[in-house]
Amino acid sequence: MKHHVTTMVNGDEVEFLCSTEQTLLDCLRDELDLTGAKEGCGSGDCGACSVLVDGRLVCSCLVLGVEVSGKKIETIEGMAKGDELHPLQRKFLEHAALQCGICTPGVLVAAKSLLEKNPDPTETEVRYWLAGNLCRCTGYDKIIRAVMDAAAEMRGA
Amino acid sequence: MQERVKGPQFDIVGTRPVRPDGADKVTGRAKYGADHRVAGQLVGKVLRSPYAHARIRSIDVSAAAKLPGVKAIVTREDFKDQPSEFVPAGEMLVNYRDVVRNVMAHEKVLFEGHPVAAVAATSESIARAALKLIKVDYEVLPHVIDVVEAMKPDAPVVDETIFTAGVTPPPTKPSNVAKRVEFVLGDIEKGFKEADLVIEREFNTQPVHQGYIEPHACIATVSEDGTAELWTTTQGHWVARAHCARLLGWDITKLRVTSSEIGGGFGGKTVVYLEPVALALSAKTHRPVKMVMSREEVFKASGPTSGANVWVKMGVKKDGTITAGEAVLKYQAGCFQGSPVQPGCMCAFAPYDLANVKVVGFDVLSNRPKVAAYRAPGGPISEYAVESVVDEIAEKLGMCPIELRLKNAAKEGTKAAYGPKFGPIGMVECLEAAKSSPHWNGPLGKNQGRGIAAGFWFNIGGETTVNLQLNEDGTVTLMAGTPDIGGLRASLAMMAAEELKIPYEKVRPIIGDTATLGYNFVTGGSRSTFSSGLATVEAARSIIKQACGRAAKLWEIPEDAVTWEDGEIRPAGDNAGKFKAMKLADIAKVAGKTGGALVGVGAISAQGAAPSFGVHIADTEVDPDTGKLTVTRYTVIQDAGIAIHPSYVEGQFQGGAAQGIGWALNEEYIYDDKGRLQNAGFLDYRIPVASDLPMIETIIVEVPNPRHPYGVRGIGETAIVPPMAAVNASARRATGVRMFELPLSPPKVLKAMKGKSA
Repeated sequence: MKHHVTTMVNGDEVEFLCSTEQTLLDCLRDELDLTGAKEGCGSGDCGACSVLVDGRLVCSCLVLGVEVSGKKIETIEGMAKGDELHPLQRKFLEHAALQCGICTPGVLVAAKSLLEKNPDPTETEVRYWLAGNLCRCTGYDKIIRAVMDAAAEMRGA
Repeated sequence: MQERVKGPQFDIVGTRPVRPDGADKVTGRAKYGADHRVAGQLVGKVLRSPYAHARIRSIDVSAAAKLPGVKAIVTREDFKDQPSEFVPAGEMLVNYRDVVRNVMAHEKVLFEGHPVAAVAATSESIARAALKLIKVDYEVLPHVIDVVEAMKPDAPVVDETIFTAGVTPPPTKPSNVAKRVEFVLGDIEKGFKEADLVIEREFNTQPVHQGYIEPHACIATVSEDGTAELWTTTQGHWVARAHCARLLGWDITKLRVTSSEIGGGFGGKTVVYLEPVALALSAKTHRPVKMVMSREEVFKASGPTSGANVWVKMGVKKDGTITAGEAVLKYQAGCFQGSPVQPGCMCAFAPYDLANVKVVGFDVLSNRPKVAAYRAPGGPISEYAVESVVDEIAEKLGMCPIELRLKNAAKEGTKAAYGPKFGPIGMVECLEAAKSSPHWNGPLGKNQGRGIAAGFWFNIGGETTVNLQLNEDGTVTLMAGTPDIGGLRASLAMMAAEELKIPYEKVRPIIGDTATLGYNFVTGGSRSTFSSGLATVEAARSIIKQACGRAAKLWEIPEDAVTWEDGEIRPAGDNAGKFKAMKLADIAKVAGKTGGALVGVGAISAQGAAPSFGVHIADTEVDPDTGKLTVTRYTVIQDAGIAIHPSYVEGQFQGGAAQGIGWALNEEYIYDDKGRLQNAGFLDYRIPVASDLPMIETIIVEVPNPRHPYGVRGIGETAIVPPMAAVNASARRATGVRMFELPLSPPKVLKAMKGKSA
């Protein structure tokens, strides 16, 4: 049996059919063609599938599609506005904070959620907030710098 | 092609522009292996062995085939046997007898996770249900996991066709030792006689996985006429094409392979796993078949690199002169021969100028997944052991570990134990940079220690093709064939722009598929910036030559009366000043009237790759209550030749260091007594996370490679070589005990510390 789910994704009302066991990640990728969120593990350990559900940072591989009925989902695809990249996206490019880029959507969504809660995080706070987002390429150095730099710019510092 | 570009400064090389593929990667638009979809696609799933070692008596797929929605099933019957011989695939030697068995088990399953059958169905749930209906009759056999156990005469034999190569007389019985290799320089006995101090140590390391965040994924579509399309996440789509065509018995031209964006590889995506299976399933149905590995499948059935047992003996005079180095390396190959023990042997003492060296290596089978290349394959293991002994020598002699290394460092003209004489290399420069670095001279806190270690990797060249098109408006499209894993497109566009004297933004680099470009060996061996850079320069110079020819035609003067200077085509000699200089864009506008499109091709087998040496400094702090080690400060110093895009060079340094720190502190394959992997997930196989690491400082040393027009050496792999020994040396000083086993996990460290106090 399929469920009919209506939800808001990046400000647009969307609907999809999903089976009971289908994860939000699979719904985004397979039903809505939003492949920015990635499946790195399927067990909530890598953070590559990070999205916001009603403003809360989640691993979309650990949420069922049927759970998001009537909720607001934000994904990497909604982060840039018009021609403007989000400051985090811009800083990631300037700092070369990505190599292969597979973890980048999840890291950006998580970092955006951090800066919404804490506009002036310390390096340690950024490191602990992003501890659920695995990156195998960069050693995190440039990611942390990009997030700190974006935070400073967004604060007008 | 091999001269050094003159001039004190480059305009573009050495700057830090935004990568051309960047916007797509920060917006989620970039398409990786699992992000592609084809109308009508089926889902392919693999049935894998639950046993570490078993004979397959029979496979019955009849019940699965009857399940509605199941469209195709493949087993060993669909992958015919291949002769046992080593044939070249690019720069690698491949034994297809083993490749076909790794893709789909034949007589036996050889590790937990070994593919036994695969199904294509209309949905994932149907595919999964079908796997459960396949009946495999196994005769479970005794298995062996440990490398030392596997070498014993009474060990279960993994592959009955293996008779140790490289020993005389040749053995009469099969064993798990596939090969013995030996590298000798000078006279080892004489060397040890000259020594005032001899240290002999035995080390053990565990297998570690490349840990790319993107699992293997592909889509195969085979048409009724036998032509096929394959979309896959790979480090080398020409190599993937060769493997698939060979296993399926197809003409190479029938198969067109497109490499997706690749979510990390580190060597682990140079081999095929799913691709031949997806093609075989699609060939039965003529529908697209998509296959994606789960993380558990990635851990159990792809990669990793070898675990090993390494014995090292070194002799040294009181003044610090190393008189002899000897090592015996026993590397796990997994279930088929082909561990990286040979490069491990060659790397072991490579950072040093030694007169007497002997290294013996053994390639050993066990019931584990076949190892795959992992960043400097073989080097990190042997160099960890040797560098740890070098550190102990420094301690016993009361010498600074940098001074000891400087006294023995390899330099230009040094004859390496594995054969060649080094050209210009940066080992001494790296050590000097380390000695004067803020880190080496900085303070240490309580329970902290500082360690240092050196590392070496060869780097390679190889077959490479790059195509440059001068577009009608003077912009340039660059097509390369080495998959871009971490900024290659930026580096190639920079070199093209530098050569053609046009802005970086006017070059659009893309990665071509196997039907649009000549052969390219894999992105691996730290070769892509070096080799595709060489091919880019050759293609760009061809465009310039063609453009000069077009101008000569327009001006009606001989071609040799035209020169290329400062980004302009100018009349020269007697004709100087007679015609208005032209830019490439001017030529592009009249291309149609002067002979057609200007296309430059660099199709080369790149020669002149040069090794990169590195030195790492690690500070670790130990928690005396738990034994947990934390890296508190870390610096990478490495010779890059010339850094084309310094940010991505630093990124390679930092990423290699982080992987090495994981290898040193956390990562290992853990098996139960039945040979089943116990930690096949990111929760229990713990790669470093952001909160585990400090900022990673970098110092780029530049000793240009004289055989590359921009001095490139290749830098990706060396960075993973020194961390294990650097961390080990720092742990020695933080804990007061010297340890000989990786990973340095808290229980082991605590036990060692308690042993010391007791």
